[in-house]
Amino acid sequence: MINPTIMRNTLLFALLISLINVNSLFAVAGGSEEGGQINTKEEINEYIQHHLQDSHDFTFWTNGKTGSHIGFHLPVILWSDGLHVFSSGKFDYGHEVAESNGKYFTLYHGKVYETNADGEINLDEEGHATNAKPLDISITKNVVGMLLTSLLMFLGFISLAKGYNKRSIPKGIGRILEPLVIYVRDEIARPNIGSKYEKFIPYLLTVFFYIWILNLLGLTPLGFNVTGNIAVTVGLALITFFVTQFSGNKDYWKHIFWMPGVPIPMKIILMPIEVLGMFTKPFALLIRLFANITAGHVVVMSLIALIITMRSQFGIVASSSISFGLAFFITLIELLVAFLQAYIFTMLSALFIGMAVEEHH
Amino acid sequence: MYNLIGAGLIVIGAGIGLGQIGGKAMEGIARQPEASGKIQTAMIIIGALLEGLAFGALILAG
Repeated sequence: MINPTIMRNTLLFALLISLINVNSLFAVAGGSEEGGQINTKEEINEYIQHHLQDSHDFTFWTNGKTGSHIGFHLPVILWSDGLHVFSSGKFDYGHEVAESNGKYFTLYHGKVYETNADGEINLDEEGHATNAKPLDISITKNVVGMLLTSLLMFLGFISLAKGYNKRSIPKGIGRILEPLVIYVRDEIARPNIGSKYEKFIPYLLTVFFYIWILNLLGLTPLGFNVTGNIAVTVGLALITFFVTQFSGNKDYWKHIFWMPGVPIPMKIILMPIEVLGMFTKPFALLIRLFANITAGHVVVMSLIALIITMRSQFGIVASSSISFGLAFFITLIELLVAFLQAYIFTMLSALFIGMAVEEHH
Repeated sequence: MYNLIGAGLIVIGAGIGLGQIGGKAMEGIARQPEASGKIQTAMIIIGALLEGLAFGALILAG
């Protein structure tokens, strides 16, 4: 049933991804060799936590031995009584205090705080910083990922749309995109939304490809974790929420506030439940995407980290082969999950929109 | 400690639910192979709804 070429290419892709991923952590592991067994567990934990978070620098890997980072700096844009724009190189990965227009900023646990010239961070009893936080609208790593995805989608779909002027069959990358576009239209939008589906196709297509490409980027060693960031999924779910509410017709609101066909006491009981339902639907949407992608990243990184934890027992060759084998199969599953989560998000968005625009008789 | 027990209970519940969904979908497909496409779609949707609930509870527990 599945085309053997597609299967072979998928396997090759997963192989490549897991190879590079294993390789990049290998560089990190090699660096901390001097430290021996000291705090390996905490080090790995910190490494995974660091990967899951957004960052002001784009780091490919860190040499633990020399502490040098390979990557590039990103622009920091802050608003605090005026605009402050400077390169994140000024922070030097949190070691330095950055000065801009007479104000001092310090990077503390990945967040920017306003400090004095010495970079003093005041902590409360629970260890949270109490310094003033400027409005941070920097181009962080996640923003780079989103811009990259937007650019890829823009180029791909513009070329696909232009191709139809010349010939009826797309060529190049359009051959991959066209069946997916038709799939979203015929299998997701039409059956779930009904006759008014055309108005919502642009949104559904955008959200589908956006999530899918971001999920796939997250599997590459570039180290993006965009869809595994709760702020991003909240944004996506909010758009679905507003699209649903604003396209809701009279029947939809009637079913929420004054359910027809049930006795009056029941109407009163149902009203708060239905109002709550308006919010729980997109909430489940955002939690599902966030938790799935985060869990996937943690599993892949933990399996790769087996190289370090098993090295003392099995030696470097055996531990890397075991880790590579496991990471390879999980990567295959993650490729499926990447698609499935994009599909589910689009499908449920279509379902919710369909509920709102449905015609009752 | 208690949140770990809670997380375990959530996973047990979600596992039973997913098993029910998958099993029933299999039965349905075996009875009507020509409807397998529709059954699969419905199965994935219900599975996703269940998953959302389980993940939400797990995050609260953790």
